[in-house]
Formats: sequence, structure tokens, C-alpha cells
Amino acid sequence: MNVDLYERIWMWIVVVMLTLFFASTAMAALGHQMHPPSHVETIDPRTAMSGPKFRPQGVSVDEAGHVHAKVIGLMFAWLPGEMTLPAMTPVTFHLTSTDVIHGFEIVRTNGQSMVVPGYVSQFTTEFDAGEYLIACNEYCGVGHHTMSAKLHVVPRGQWRSPAPEAANVR
Amino acid sequence: MSADATGHRISTETPSRMLPRDEQSANRLVVANLWVAVVAFGVAAAMAMMQAISRANLELPYRSASMYYMSVTAHGVLMGLVFTTFFIMGLGYAIAQKENGAIPWPRFSWAMFWLALAGVVMALATVFTFKSSVLYTFYPPLQAHPLFYIGLTLLVVGSWGWAASMVTAWRRARAARPGRPVSLAMHSTTANAMLWLLATIGVASEMLFQLIPWSLGLVKTVDPLLARTLFWYFGHPLVYFWILPAYTIWYTVLPREAGGKLFSEPLGRMVFALFLVFSTPVGLHHQFQDPGIPASWKLLHTFNTMIISFPSLVTAFTIVASLEVAGRLRGGTGLFGWIRALPWGNPTVSSVLLACLLFMVGGFGGAVNAAYALNSVVHNTAWITAHFHLTVGSAAALTFMGTCYWLVPRVTGRELELKLLAKVQPYLWFLGMALFSFTGHVAGLLGLPRRVFATGYNDAAQAQAWHTLTSVSALGGVVLFASAGFFVLVMLGTLLAGERREQPPIVWADSLGRPESGYVSGIWDRLGLWFAVAVVLVVIAYAIPLWDLMHLTRYGSPGFKPF
Repeated sequence: MNVDLYERIWMWIVVVMLTLFFASTAMAALGHQMHPPSHVETIDPRTAMSGPKFRPQGVSVDEAGHVHAKVIGLMFAWLPGEMTLPAMTPVTFHLTSTDVIHGFEIVRTNGQSMVVPGYVSQFTTEFDAGEYLIACNEYCGVGHHTMSAKLHVVPRGQWRSPAPEAANVR
Repeated sequence: MSADATGHRISTETPSRMLPRDEQSANRLVVANLWVAVVAFGVAAAMAMMQAISRANLELPYRSASMYYMSVTAHGVLMGLVFTTFFIMGLGYAIAQKENGAIPWPRFSWAMFWLALAGVVMALATVFTFKSSVLYTFYPPLQAHPLFYIGLTLLVVGSWGWAASMVTAWRRARAARPGRPVSLAMHSTTANAMLWLLATIGVASEMLFQLIPWSLGLVKTVDPLLARTLFWYFGHPLVYFWILPAYTIWYTVLPREAGGKLFSEPLGRMVFALFLVFSTPVGLHHQFQDPGIPASWKLLHTFNTMIISFPSLVTAFTIVASLEVAGRLRGGTGLFGWIRALPWGNPTVSSVLLACLLFMVGGFGGAVNAAYALNSVVHNTAWITAHFHLTVGSAAALTFMGTCYWLVPRVTGRELELKLLAKVQPYLWFLGMALFSFTGHVAGLLGLPRRVFATGYNDAAQAQAWHTLTSVSALGGVVLFASAGFFVLVMLGTLLAGERREQPPIVWADSLGRPESGYVSGIWDRLGLWFAVAVVLVVIAYAIPLWDLMHLTRYGSPGFKPF
């Protein structure tokens, strides 16, 4: 195939560029373990609300001192509707839905995941101190735009871990 | 345009060229498809303006949340599935007619047209009566009326008839001229038809095995994640199904309309074959944020997604180079003088040029969406809506509008009416889309979710940052609506009242450096082979993740109708 010199050069530039894309993605994913939320676990959506996995809803600390936030999405609210978390501390979110698909989004952070009935979503991230809006970013019905929650992130020193009986779940 | 491609003005008194009956019949089929496309486009554009204004929290008569979500559903279905598919089918029939002097099985093709149209009417009837506000992605467990799913399935079945007709036309053209490649337009249309056949397996499976039986009550529950996976198996190649006909026009019509030649035809053949191969095994990059799918498979699809940018970047070079050829042939000099020398007043050319400009921005945004780690920042925000209004909403839709200005006189023998509106229309679209899309990208980075009726969120501090942006976006929506209205007026004027004259022929762009003896058929012309490669890649990319998904202990979902 007869290909013009300039076009040949351009195609090599493209190949180099794509190689850099490949390399940077591979480094982020395999080197730094940066993955989108890809937890594989199923749950019965009819009993998710009352079952042990999501009780108590909200913030808890496990034996190792790691902070967890358990949130259930349903038409048209996040439960709990308000949470307080420590700043600059890794927090693992556990999410599921009892009805349709929702999208858990902590506005202006990289904390987000689809929330699919029958599945448990999970991701870990950390925050700067501040007030955050949690929105639903997947259409879930006529009240989609009203589905929201509040997240307060306070400096670590000011944060009080929740009551101890909440700590023994997980 | 009243002038034909060489700039020669034809007298309107000339009696109509007598067309053979086959050609008349094929042209009627083209026009019938374009009619459906234009009407769908007009209705969808009106809904879009309403939505843009609603998101700016401005009051409108009849404004309500259920009206908004119904209208988003209608807009998505009409634009994404009806306008595009019928336009693409019409263009395909025109290309096949030009290639062989006839289309295969005209009666069958007409039957398929009516089947697809009946399906569309059926689905829309349930949308406009508020029974199917599930948006055009129709993720279960949101449950629409059964006729919504059945109607859309009939649309897909009708389009299969079209795809089979395209592949047959391509085979006949190859048989008629052994060793010689078919025209680049036929090659690209066939690659697109094959891509469509492969891609629609996903959505057809979702419809037939999950959504239709479930909505009829034959099964109680469906697995929403399996449905999403099947949908996105279809959903990403769907965007290439929209874009490839636009590329076809950029390669085979634009260079000639701009007054030049296609820079590199052999690479064009490679580009379309590569799209056929790589469009489908990439769907998981729409499901980065989904649970239930291991990260390793998402990563593989990310790499495939990067590969698919290769043919697009090759196209960028070829098209710009072809435009430079045109600009210099028209007397443009200097480093940038050729750009000014291009015929910016020809609505077909300006549509495509402006579509290309918007697409460049859209392409960069797309690289962000498909980036494995960055996606978490933009997923399901207004950034995404803004992004695909630059790709499908501009690169494809604006090219399609420009193509109508070129194609309709060639299949109806009617002169383009309201030419002034046609000249202004692409620029208005560009302006409106710039306003709509720039603000959407920024609002998305600031976290504004997509598809929301109102953006107040009880005066949350973070939500206040969106307010100015959504207002500017609404202004963009109004400008876009004006542009869409101009297009619809030009089309109605031309189709109903355009002056009859001699039908200008369809002539494809010449290519630079074409050998005296013509091209010889090569490896990239063997689309059957590339289809087989595509199937293998699809199996590699999807077999194991689907198998794993099916073998989880899954709990299905009953239907919900919260609208």
C-alpha cells in the first residue's frame, strides 16, 4: 500500500501516543492498584435492608480501625441521609439498592459507583475536610433529582468514631 | 445548492431526466427513510430545548418532573435510535443504488422499512402516554410498557433487513468487477452494516431473553447487571454505527464538494475495516463504575478502546489533508490561507467542517471518559451528555444535516429551497453546541449529574456553582432549537415544494494519486475476513466475563415503574 511520507510520520506519532496511553494506564492500574469500583458480591435486594451486611447503616469502624460507610439507595433517598467522616482517612463505602439502579456520587470527588440491586458495590477513597453533596447520578424515576444526602468531613482530630456496638459488624 | 458538483448551474426549465423505474423506486425508498429521520429530528429537537430550559430551573408551561423524564426518553429514542438509523438506512440505499444501478430485493426492503416504522410508532405511543419513561438506555429494573421493547425490537429487525441488503449489494458489486474494489462509499457502508449486525446481537438478546418476557409477566425477575452488560455490548458499537456514515461523507463527498480530492483512499479502506474489527470488544468502558465485573476485564476493554482511536486519528489526517488540497486548488496560499479559501458558504461543506471542529473537542473528551482512572470523576455527570452532543450530536448529526442538503436534490430532482436558512443553519448549530457543550463539560467536572429535572438540590452549596452554567447551557439549547428548526424548514420546503429540475448525479470524490489502471482489491477490501476477526475479538473480550456473571448466585429484580 502506497502511503504518503507525512501520513506515515503521523501514523507513527499516533502509535507512540497510544503506547504512552497504554503505559500510563498500565502503571496506574497494575503499579498503583488504581481501579474503578469493581467489587464482585451479590445480595438479595429484598432482604438487604434488614440483613447483617448493611446493618447498621452509616459509619462504623472495624477491629483494625478502618472506617466503613454502609449506604442503601432506594427511590428516592440515600440511607442514611447524613454522615460525618474524618478527613484524610481512607474510608471504604459499601453500597446496594433495594429497588432500581442508582448512582452514588459524592460531588467533586472521585468517590462514586453505580448501585445495582442484587449486587454490592465497594470503593475506598479519602476526602479533604468540607461539606459535600451526595447526589444520585443514574436516572431512577420521577424523583431522581431529589435523591441526595449530606456528607460532613471534619478534621481527623475532631471526628468521633460512632458508638462501639456499631463496630462489631462486617 | 442549486449548482451541481462542478459548479455548473443547471437551468430549471430542463425537463426531468427520465430515470429507469428501478432507480425511481430506490430513490423513493431513500426519500421515505429521510422523511422519517427529519420528522423524528424535529420533534426531538423541540423536547431538547425544553429540557435545557428546565435544567436551568426556569419555569415553562406544563413543566413537571414526569414531563421532563418522558421528554428525555422521547429525545433519546428519537435522536439516538430513530433519526440516526433511518438517515443511515436512507444514505445506504442511495449508495447501493449508485454502486449497482439497483438495490437488492426492493420489495423486501420496503417491507423492512414499514416494519421498522411500525415499531417506532408503537414504542413512541407508549412513551408519549407516560408509560415508558425509562430513557433510551432502558436499564431494568425500571420497566416500560411491553410495546416499548417490542417496538424497538421491530426497529432493529427492520434495520437487519437493511444491513442484509447492504452486504448483498456489496457482494454483487464485487462479483460484477472481479479483482476491483467497490467504491469507498460502498466499502464503508458495508463495514458499518456488518458492524451493526454484530453489535445488535447484544441488544436483541437483552430484549428477547430478558425485557420482553419480563414486561409481559412471563418471567418475574431479570438480572439488571446482565442487562446492562448486553446493552453496552451494543451501546458502544452503536456510536460507531452513527459515526461511520459521517466518515463516509467526509471521505467520499466532502473533498469533491470542497473542490479537491481525497488525500488517501487506500488508508480509508483500512480505517473502515479497523472500525469493523475493534468497535465491539470495548463496551465495558461504559461500565467502569459497575459492581460485579472484575477490574481485569474492564482494563482489557480499556486497551481495546485505545486501539480504536487509531483509525479515527488516521481519518483526522486524511480529511485535513484533503481539505488542504481543496483549499490550495481554490487558490489559497500560505500556511493557513487554504482554510479561508474553502467554500464556507456551501452548507454541505460548512456543516461538515464545523462538525469536524466540534468532533476534535469531543474526541479529547472521549479519551477522558475511556481513561480507566479518570472516569470516576466524570461518569454520569453533565460532562458525558456534553461529550456525546459533540460526537453523535455534532460529528454525526451535523454531518447528516449537511448531507441532506447534498443528497435530497440528488434523489428527488428538487432544488434546495430556503437556501439562506440552509447557509445559516450549520453556524447556528456550532454556536449553540459550543454554548451547550462547553458549559456542560465544566458543570460535569463540578459534579452536576446528568439527566436531572432540576439542579437546585435544596440550595446545597456545591449545587449553586452549577447555576450560571445551566443558564448558559439553556441559551445554547434555544440556539440549537433555532438551528434545528431551520433544517426542518429547509427539508420540508425542498421535499414538498422544491422546484423540479434535472436530477444531478451522485459523484464520489476522486482520490489523489489514483493509479492510471485503478486500484486492485487488497487485504482491507476483504470485509468478510475482518468480520471474522471481529467475532474472535468479541469472544475473547466477552465470553469469560459473561460466563462468570452468569455463574454468580444472582438475585433478579422485579419491575418498577416510578414515573
